[in-house]
Amino acid sequence: MSHTETHERSLLGFWIYLMTDLLSFGVLFATYAVLSPNTAGGPNAKELFSLPFVLIETLILLTSSFTVGLAMLAVFKQAKQQALIWFGVTFLLGLTFLGMELYEFNNLIAEGASWERSAFLSSFFTLVGTHGLHISVGLLWMAVSMVMIWKRGLTPFINSKLTRLALFWHFLDIVWIFIFTIVYLLSYV
Amino acid sequence: MFGRLSLEALPHEWYTLGAVVSLGLGGLVAAIFLSKKKLWGWLWNEWLTSTDPKKIGIMYIIVALLMLFRGFLDAAMLWFQQAVLNGTSYGLSADHFQEIFTAHGVIMVIFVTMGLMFGLMNYIIPLQIGARDVAFPFINSLSFWLYVAGAIFLNLFFVLGGDFSSAGWLAYPPLSGLEYSPGVGVDYWIWSLQISGLGTLLGGINILVTILKMRAPGMTLMKMPMFTWATLCSMVLIVSTFPLLTATLVLLSLDRLIGTHFFTSTMGGNPMMYVNLIWMWGHPEVYIIMIPSFGIFAQVVSTFSRKKLFGYSWTVASLIAVTLLSMLVWLHHFFTMGAGANVNAFFGIMTMIIAIPTGIIVFNSIMTMYQGRITFGTPMLWFLGFVSTFSFGGMAGVMLSVPAIDFQVHNSLFLVAHFHTMAIGGALFGIFAGFSFWFSKITGFKLNEKIGKAAFWCWIVGFFVSFVPLYVLGFMGATRRLDQYDPSTGWQSLFIISFVGLLIIATGAFLQVLQLIHGFLKRNENKDLTGNPWEAEGLEWSTSSPPPDYNFAVIPGTNKIEEFHMPKNTPIGIYVSGFVFLVGFGAVWHIYWLTALGIIGAIICVIIRALDEDTEYKVILK
Ligand code: HEM
Ligand SMILES: [Cu+2]
Repeated sequence: MSHTETHERSLLGFWIYLMTDLLSFGVLFATYAVLSPNTAGGPNAKELFSLPFVLIETLILLTSSFTVGLAMLAVFKQAKQQALIWFGVTFLLGLTFLGMELYEFNNLIAEGASWERSAFLSSFFTLVGTHGLHISVGLLWMAVSMVMIWKRGLTPFINSKLTRLALFWHFLDIVWIFIFTIVYLLSYV
Repeated sequence: MFGRLSLEALPHEWYTLGAVVSLGLGGLVAAIFLSKKKLWGWLWNEWLTSTDPKKIGIMYIIVALLMLFRGFLDAAMLWFQQAVLNGTSYGLSADHFQEIFTAHGVIMVIFVTMGLMFGLMNYIIPLQIGARDVAFPFINSLSFWLYVAGAIFLNLFFVLGGDFSSAGWLAYPPLSGLEYSPGVGVDYWIWSLQISGLGTLLGGINILVTILKMRAPGMTLMKMPMFTWATLCSMVLIVSTFPLLTATLVLLSLDRLIGTHFFTSTMGGNPMMYVNLIWMWGHPEVYIIMIPSFGIFAQVVSTFSRKKLFGYSWTVASLIAVTLLSMLVWLHHFFTMGAGANVNAFFGIMTMIIAIPTGIIVFNSIMTMYQGRITFGTPMLWFLGFVSTFSFGGMAGVMLSVPAIDFQVHNSLFLVAHFHTMAIGGALFGIFAGFSFWFSKITGFKLNEKIGKAAFWCWIVGFFVSFVPLYVLGFMGATRRLDQYDPSTGWQSLFIISFVGLLIIATGAFLQVLQLIHGFLKRNENKDLTGNPWEAEGLEWSTSSPPPDYNFAVIPGTNKIEEFHMPKNTPIGIYVSGFVFLVGFGAVWHIYWLTALGIIGAIICVIIRALDEDTEYKVILK
């Protein structure tokens, strides 16, 4: 079977997978929307979140979406060095994002605002945490990919997987925009 | 070290001990047999690690039939209690009774009907669309093994003890929450559904892409056989609703594991949200198992009437309409839970509307018979059985869709009778029709029609004898899930009739087994040499029975004999699912290092597989 055929099938399959993932996120968003007023006497969103901090997080993730785009351009030009560099930058940005998120979680827990405190916080931690989990998967995937680019070069086999990795990363970016808007921004209005 | 798993948890009741002993003995016998005949290698290389959708299909069917056996025994125990043991001291305890109906529901819906459907689809769909394989052969194997892992979770408590969930097949909180179900039962339930659901989701994506991308040249969408169309719709429903199940189960298990408050009744949790979420998956789920049967019946009726299907494009349009509408009716499962009159009215009307396309599908099948040259092969009998049960159950369904009526019969045996009419008379009969229709294609030999017809008559008669009394009992006020009732209600005689019906059904099932054994023993006399014993239309009938590994030497619609690639077998699907099993097992018993081990193992296996470029072999036909 030819590589283009396999690639096309995998791409369609992956798109469908992304849609299913979006639906799962949909459930978490809906849960957050329903439960966010239920603070059970505990702190609410406005008291807990620091908008500037999250804004920086957001900008970092957006930049990483841009750099992964640059990486893919390099892949299409078959420029191995360049691709490695841009994936590396993306990886570091993603790692920083994840670190900031964990830092935020840690602070919240230290303040006594853990997921056990109220339904609102349960849904907050689950929604944002699930996104973070996806980012971690993306990072692992990216790390393995970089090793493979380095060892095997930009073959059609690898490139096909890189296309899907990039899609995945953009997808996480879009989900984050929703999280940023619904969880953080809206708590300020 | 071992979390909640201690010696006390191990089996100590007669039925669990019995299960351990018989499983052990059975395993031993099988092992000795395999070793004597030197069949281990064959089993592993040819079957368990296979990526051939035909073999995976057969394995699905075997596992699902085993589960059917268990689901059936469960049902028999429930009814024996209600018909015979009520009021005596020999009955099951209330707890035990609850575990059994919970297990029965999950087994029948998730593991029997879905398993049988996936089995048939794996085998038939590539053949019907003129493909050599499915889109993602490895993922196919993985899906199957995840399904098996889920099935094991459901039966694990026999061997390992603990209890199964007693919270009903959909496990509403707060009953299924930590406070009221502190044991491992609900966790077993969660992981059983979660893991097999993951398999279903992957399988759904796989078959969807197969149908969309791998049809032989010339087979446009509107030329697809009806079973392929129905499967396509069913898979669309799977990918649009199983993610909801996954997410909902995650939330429930977080509540149970780390103390979140999604569905608790304190700290702002909202149990009603669970009921909404689970039915947003649950209602489409019943269509997921129902729709493929519509497709099978359409093909059966056109074959046995020697006519093209009446109103092909209307049937397609109706299938699509049912697919979409089925996502908008979930609330009819809880009209009584206080959503308010307007919301109830909306969902009531949507539910009535969905009866229209469903009706069109059934009527088009019926109209196909008009002026046809009808022969009554076994598959056709199942179709006719379906027409009678389905119209019966459908009318009951339309009654239930009126909120005012539903308030009277909600959670009664009337409801139980209604959904069994659909599940047995619709989905299961469809599967049986498909079996008898495609059996010779799958095995290469034909089954005895006489026994098959006798089995059908037992099923249909037994069905009405056992379920009509339930409709009546429902009107008399008998609620579902009753482990005991006051004899002065006078219900017992109806329950006894019901139980007699079950015995008739059991005779039918026994005849089916007999038919299989008989067919197998006489397989050399009843070979299907034509590849098309029913003189049916469709690509699956244009190849030999059973088809070669690669289905078609020449892809239909092309004329070059080429060399092509087929996927190699691989054990990685088994390994991944084994590790995923450990993840769940650790979570059930709070053995967290095992969970971590499972996660790491699964990730490593996936990476190894993803990086393997040598997954195919070349076939050159001379
Ligand atoms: C083969 C013959 C079958 C028999 C004799 C049977 C019998 C029963 C009985 C006695 C109950 C308990 C009713 C009660 O609540 O009092 C039950 C419940 C149920 N059955 Fe079946 N059943 C059969 C097949 C099926 C099939 C094919 C399906 C689905 C595909 C199914 C799905 C269910 C479900 C979902 C429940 C509800 C479980 C709960 O209450 O949580 N059954 N069945
Ligand atoms: Cu429904």
